This record gives sequence, C-alpha cells and structure tokens, in this order.
Amino acid sequence: MNESEAGDLSALLDSLAAGDRAAIARALNLIDDRRPAQRESALELLDRLVSLPRFERARRVGITGAPGSGKSTLLNALIGSLRDRNEGIGIIAVDPSSRRSGGALLGDRMRLGGSAREQGVFLRSMAARDRLGGLADATQAGVCVLSAVFDWVFVETVGVGQSECEVAQLVDTLVFVAQPGAGDILQFMKAGILELPDIFVVNKSDVGPMAERTRGELIAGLGLSDERREDDWVPPVLLASARDQVGIEALVDQIETHRRTSLASGRLEQRRIAGSIAFAIESLVRRYGEYGLERIGGLPAVERSVERAPSRSPFRVVLEVGRAIERALDGK
Amino acid sequence: MASPDRRESPWLIRTYSGHSSAQASNELYRANLAKGQTGLSVAFDLPTQTGYDADHPLARGEVGKVGVPIGHIDDMVTLFDQIPLDRMNTSMTINATAAWLLALYVAAAERQGARHEQLQGTTQNDIIKEYLSRGTYVFPPEASMRLTSDVVAYTVEQIPKWNPINICSYHLQEAGATPVQEIAFAMANAVAVLDAVRGRDDVPTGAIGQVFGRISFFLNAGIRFVEEVCKCRAMTALWAEIGRERFGIDDEKQLRLRYGVQVNSLGLTEAQPENNIVRIALEALGVTLSKNARTRSLQLPAWNEALGLPRPWDQQLSLRTQQILAYETDLLEYPDIFDGSHVVEARTRELLDEARAEMQKVLDMGGAVAAVENAYMKQALVESHTRRLRAIESGEITVVGLNAYRETVPSPLIADGVSSIVTVDEVAEREQIERLRAFRTRRNPADVATALAGLRDAAANGPNVVPASIRAAHAGVTTGEWADALRDCFGEYRAPTGVGSTRVSASGVRIDAVRRRVDEVSEKLGRRIKILVGKPGLDGHSNGAEQIAVKARDVGMEVVYDGIRLTPNEIVQSARDEGVHVIGLSILSGSHCVLVIDLLGEMRKQGIADVPVIVGGIIPDDDAARLAAAGVKRVYTPKDFDLTKIMAEVVDVVADAQAYGLAGR
Repeated sequence: MNESEAGDLSALLDSLAAGDRAAIARALNLIDDRRPAQRESALELLDRLVSLPRFERARRVGITGAPGSGKSTLLNALIGSLRDRNEGIGIIAVDPSSRRSGGALLGDRMRLGGSAREQGVFLRSMAARDRLGGLADATQAGVCVLSAVFDWVFVETVGVGQSECEVAQLVDTLVFVAQPGAGDILQFMKAGILELPDIFVVNKSDVGPMAERTRGELIAGLGLSDERREDDWVPPVLLASARDQVGIEALVDQIETHRRTSLASGRLEQRRIAGSIAFAIESLVRRYGEYGLERIGGLPAVERSVERAPSRSPFRVVLEVGRAIERALDGK
Repeated sequence: MASPDRRESPWLIRTYSGHSSAQASNELYRANLAKGQTGLSVAFDLPTQTGYDADHPLARGEVGKVGVPIGHIDDMVTLFDQIPLDRMNTSMTINATAAWLLALYVAAAERQGARHEQLQGTTQNDIIKEYLSRGTYVFPPEASMRLTSDVVAYTVEQIPKWNPINICSYHLQEAGATPVQEIAFAMANAVAVLDAVRGRDDVPTGAIGQVFGRISFFLNAGIRFVEEVCKCRAMTALWAEIGRERFGIDDEKQLRLRYGVQVNSLGLTEAQPENNIVRIALEALGVTLSKNARTRSLQLPAWNEALGLPRPWDQQLSLRTQQILAYETDLLEYPDIFDGSHVVEARTRELLDEARAEMQKVLDMGGAVAAVENAYMKQALVESHTRRLRAIESGEITVVGLNAYRETVPSPLIADGVSSIVTVDEVAEREQIERLRAFRTRRNPADVATALAGLRDAAANGPNVVPASIRAAHAGVTTGEWADALRDCFGEYRAPTGVGSTRVSASGVRIDAVRRRVDEVSEKLGRRIKILVGKPGLDGHSNGAEQIAVKARDVGMEVVYDGIRLTPNEIVQSARDEGVHVIGLSILSGSHCVLVIDLLGEMRKQGIADVPVIVGGIIPDDDAARLAAAGVKRVYTPKDFDLTKIMAEVVDVVADAQAYGLAGR
C-alpha cells in the first residue's frame, strides 16, 4: 500500500466513524473487491475497524428460515421497533446465486420496502456466489463494516442447513423464523438445524391455532435433542405476527437477554474467536490452498495467530499469515 | 338468413382517453361523442389511480400524463360538463381508489340532478390484476378485497345498472399470459370477489345471483384471432359453469358472461408502426365475430401508441375502424357463424378443459388472493412472458417489421417526428397544482374534518366506505386525503414480483458469449457486475423491468430489483448503498424526461454521478436525444426486442465507465 492509499484509507475510516452513508457503501465495495491491491487495502481497513471503540457494542443478529417463512416481514417489524428507540441498523441480506450463470436476483430491498430506505437504516444485498446454500464470502467483512457504524447489524439469509452454521459463527444471536404448519419441524430436525439457533420465532401467529401447534412441536423437538447446549442457554420459542406487530418487543427483549447472558458467560467471546478463526482459514485457503496453509503449520498455527492478534482481528492474521505463506512458497 | 332488418345493435364503441386536465379531457370527450362514439372510457392519471394529490412528491412528472387528473369534486364536475350523466354510459379505469372515484362520480351526477338508478357505467375495481400486472395497487390484499366488495355491495343496492367490477384478463395477457392462464386466473379472481361479497352481512343471501349478473369482464384480444374467438367462447362456458355449480344460479341472463375488450397493445410494434392498423382491425374481428361470445364494448388502441401519446386523429382512426366493422360489414346480420364448426368447438373444448384445471389449481391453493401472496400467478406470468420474448428473439414467433420483413421505406406517417404524437405540456402539472391549492382554500375545513373522520370510521368499522366517501366528495376532500385516511387504516403493500424464483432460464450461443463477457468485465472490476433495476414515478407496469431483471440475472449479473413507485432520490440512495455498477430505469408513463433528469441531479448530489444510467420506455426520438444529452448512456424503446443484445450493450456501458476508472469505486 502506498502513501496516498494509506491516506485514502484514513479518510475512509474517519468518514465511516462519522456514519457517512457514502463511505459505508465505498467500504462495502472495497471489501467485496477481489483484485489483489484492493484486497490488501480491505484487510487493512477491516483490521483498523475492529479496534474502533464502538465496534464491540454492536449487536449482531442472524435471521434465518425457509423461503416464505416471513423473514423480511419480521425484520421489517424489528426495524420499526428499533427505529422507535432511535437505534441505527445495518443489514446484510444474502440471496442465492444461479449456479448456471453466476448471476443473482437480490430481492430484499424490494421485500423490505420502505424500512430499507429509512434514516438510520442501511441495507446491502449480497449474492451467495459460489457458496452453495451458504453466505456471501464478503458477509463477515460486511458485518464488520456495519458493526463499526450501527447499533444493530442483521444478517438475513435463506436457511437450508449449511448457512445456519456459517451465520451462527458471525453473529451474537441466531434467530430462526418458522412458519406455522406441521411437517417442517421434522425436516429441521433431520437437517440438524435445530441445534444452532439461539431463538426460535413462529411467525404469522395471526393464523391462529396452527401457530400454537407448531410452537408446541418445536418445543418438543428441542426437548428431544440429545445434546445439551454447552452454554446452558435454553432457546426460547416465541410466537410473533409481523403483520399485526405482535410479539416483536418480546423478540427484541430475548435477543438482548441472550446477548447479555452469553457476554457474561464468556460464550460470546468464544463464539467470536471461533468465527474469526473460521474466517481466517477460509480466506487463506481460498487464496493459497491447503498446501499453502501447510507451509506455515496448518490450522493450529492460524488458530494461535488469531488468539494472539490484537483485538483478535482475523484480518490482521490473514494479512500477516498470508505474507508468511507467500514467503514460504517463494522458498525464502 | 341475413337481413338488414334483423341487424343486431352494435357493441358500445369507446375510446380510452383522458389527459392533461379535466377541462381538456371534457373537450376531448365531447368531440368524440360528436363523432359517433357511444360511451365514455375515462383514463385517469397515475396520481389519481394511486391516491396522491398533484402536489405530492411522488406525483412529480406524472400529473395529467397517462390520463386525466381528478383531485376533487370540482375536477369531476368539470370533466362531465355538458355531458348528461343520467344518459351516459361511463367506464372508469380505476382500481385501488375505485370507491373514491365512484363517490366523486355519484356526487357530480347528484349535482347534475341525476338519480342513482339512472347511472350506468363501470368501475374497473379489479385489484388482483393490479398486483399481477398493472401495479396501481395501494393497500394490502385483504383490505383491497374489502374495498372492492364495498363497491359491489353498494352499487348492487343503490345503482343497479352499474357494473361494479370489471375483472380484467386484459392485463394478464399484456403481462404475458397464455389464453389458458388468461381464462383461469380471471375466473379465479372473479370467484375470490364473489366469495368476498357472499361473506358480507349486508348482502342478503338471495342476492348472489344479482351480484353474479353484475360482474363483468375486460378481455384482451391478440393477433391469433382464431384462438381468441375460441377463448371468448370457452370463457363464456366456464363462467356459466361456475355460476351454476359454485353459486347455485340458474337464471340464464345472470349466467351470461358480459365483457368488454381492449385489443392487444403487447403485440403493437414501434417498428413500421402503420402495420398496427391492420393488427388492430384483425384483433377487433376476433372478439366480434362470434355472436354468442361477442364483446359488449370495444376500445381500440391507437396505431402509434408504442411511439407516444396518440393525437385526436390517431384516436379517430381507431374509432372509424370500429365503425367500419359495425356498420359497413355484414357482421351483425348473422347468428353465430361458428355454431357447428368442429374446429372451433374442439379448440374451445381444449381451452376450457385446460383453463378449468388451472383455475382449480389456484382455488386449491386458497384462491386468487393466496396465489397473489405466494406469487404463484405472478411467477407463472413472468415465465410465460419470458418464453414469449425468447420466441421473438429466436424468430420462432414472427412479428412483421420487428424480427422479420424489416426492410422498409421511410414512413410518411411518422415523418414529422415529435409532432406525430401528443406531448403533454409540462404546464399542465403546474396548473393542476394551482387549481388544487385554490380549491383547498375554498372549502370549509370543519366539513372536511368531519367527512374524513366519518371515512376513517367507515374504513375501520364498516359496513361500507362508499356512502362516507360520497359525503367526503361533497365536503371537498381531495384524492390524496381520501387515500391517506385509508392508508392510515389499512397500511400499504408491495406485491411479490415473481422474478425472484423464475424457473425459466436461458441457454444458447449468444447468451454464453454475453456471460463470458460479464465474467471478464467482472474480473476487471474486482467484483461481479451489479445492476439496479427500478421504476421511478408512479407507473406500475413492471413487466418490462421484470424481464430485464431476469435477463440480467441470466447473463450473470447480480441484480438489485428495486421495484415500482420510487422517487429518484430513493433510487439513487439504493444504487449508492448497494454499490451498483449501472442503473437501469423503466418508465412507460411518459414522464421520463422529468424523472430521469431529476435522478441524474440526485446522483450528482449523492456522489455517484459516475455510475452509468440506461433507460427503457415509450420514449420518442426527440426525448431520447434530450436524455442522451443529459448523460443517459443508452435509451431503449419497444423496438429493441432483443434482450440478449441489450444486455451485451449494458456490459459495454459498464466496461466503458470502468475504462475511465469510474464505475463502482
């Protein structure tokens, strides 16, 4: 990185800290950019973001669920409720990419309607790209950018198994949205999805008894789970109607409670470290391959680097370990 | 068998019209009536259709464009000045705000001294197809269906000669529907309305036959006119079948399908536009040939509507086409000429069977409202439309002058450029706002407040918003105030787009080449090409924008589909927040100059002036030049049917912007 770029980065950082929307957009463009020079700058930027004071304060929430479960409407209602308290909200919405063309239709801006345009709300849509059923590869970095600016950061994604694991690693609280109707629950259990979410919401409770029944099935299903969660958190199963604005406050309360609990127990810290390690490994493997990683001691070395890094910034680790790999590969 | 004495009386001859102001439209209507037109068909502008006053920010550029602006009772009185409403038959293309425009019409008629039972006409009042195609919905489906049934319940009781709803399969065909989809979805829609009315406490159980008999349809007629004859016959049969079996009606008169027609605009071409004269005449033939399934009223589009707003002369040609068919030919002298035709019967039977099955599918998933909310119907239409456009691109469907027989001498009919269409004077908007503001100062605020309170109460607690709306009309409530009161009560709605999960995907050599180019340019950009597709202004005809979005996805772009009814400011904000490399706008309402130039200004303000903009719509050459001068990189009009080619050019536009080190920094 030359001097003028470093200057640009500082200016961008200042604008970000001031909450400038154009700067947020530019930062998100940068972290999505795969060109080598831009990738370096992005990692520098992210590393510096992580040490911003407000970074730790942001609440990061994943919203996941099957298509049609009403994730967007629920998110809409959450935004309404949080905006009433004047909280700033950043959203990353992930839609799948077409395997054939690589293109994607990103529909969340449309689905979220007016609330995506409100003051104090920022939405960036991302395509999952080559990550089948998973998250966009820029999601984690995007969450970091938004965490530096907003009080709340939401990641919305279609839940089909793999993505739950990925989202769970980069948020503090994972909310799973189910819609009333039997049958689904069994599918969720089979897929092992029920083990990850911290909060379940049966949306569309306005349909009546069916919602109650689904809630009952979910509670029963969770009770059957062999493994007790190591954090002792018992995931609540809530009823909500985004349409009638029912149960939204209770959901916000539960999100806050979960975060408080996991912060106190040290679980949140563990979760973030695990997320950072996963990100670092993922980025390094994508760039240098398994072979490259082995040159510098494989996964354990990356884990140690993350745990030692200031603010545990995975971005610093990716930069430094990346350079080490390059040196090793060059035989120096 | 044929005899001039036994000539049938012809259908109602109408022209869909209205523009600029109530006074200008009134003059146009009176001129048309003097030329032998036998009914009126009122086109309202988009602010009126979507419930905004002329001075609302979203109304900017749209006032008086696609129809007449009606903001309050004085506008309505002016619109029908010297037109006796006790004798006139007036069709109003109005949907989300139908209850309000009916109220204004009734109030204006009352001021003329007409009695309710004398009033004849139609409110389109079909909200389902607004969600599916036309886009001027306002409220969520449940509230909209309630408003629809309010109008039905009120008129059946109070204005017995009124057609309270005109179920439109017209717009379904414009959105790409096949004949089977057109029949099936329209019928499912009608069933939803009838069920809503049947469920009301204020409609007596025995009245359902009467309600059934008042429901009318608005059909489309395409160029495949033999099939269209069969479609009309199949629809007539299915409607009677539904009446008998589902609603237990046996009165033959009530069971009779009554419908009006506007022939197809989808198939009209901008290339060699004079060919449309012939298309329109053939399409008109399709819906008048079969006596047993003949249209009750007919509107023909103007031959040059793909170029811009038609002039009075263009509308006169459409009127004369109808008159030749009705009065010169021997069409009206015979009984049904297809009775006994095996061929027509067989095709009719096929369409009937397929449509019945498709309708049942929609009913099984919970009916038309459910099939709007789960996007089933919308998705089916988007897919049909995609298939149709692909068939035109590949030459599988022949469109003379567009994808075949393209060689032409210059057309003397359009030699005059901009003077061969009507341009609505920008002054019309300012004058309408001035009139509106003057009107507001004339009225009694206390009356308005009382009327609005009554309206809110009727909306929240029932039973029917129409009487409260008539009182509000007399009190001087404006269109924006009426709709705001209901928006407060019902909320607003965005319908599913159907593009998200469309299953039709493209393949072929040409598209592969564009994909490779997208990959290559994306590589240079550092991230995949991202495009924003949106519609500024109030125009809700989203079919074109949806096809562009689907195609952009198919060639490998990441597409933010921003939907309809957006201000330039909102679109620019989306583009910046999403970090797109190019913005694609679709505008069909004629307000492109104002909206696009506003948008370019907004882009400079928000610091993304370097992102290229492309525009598609019904854009006359002179305007295209103006837009290009303002900085628009490409302008597309209906003659640009080859979406793959458009996409290849979009990639070039992105690459060029990138070459200057600009796009998507």
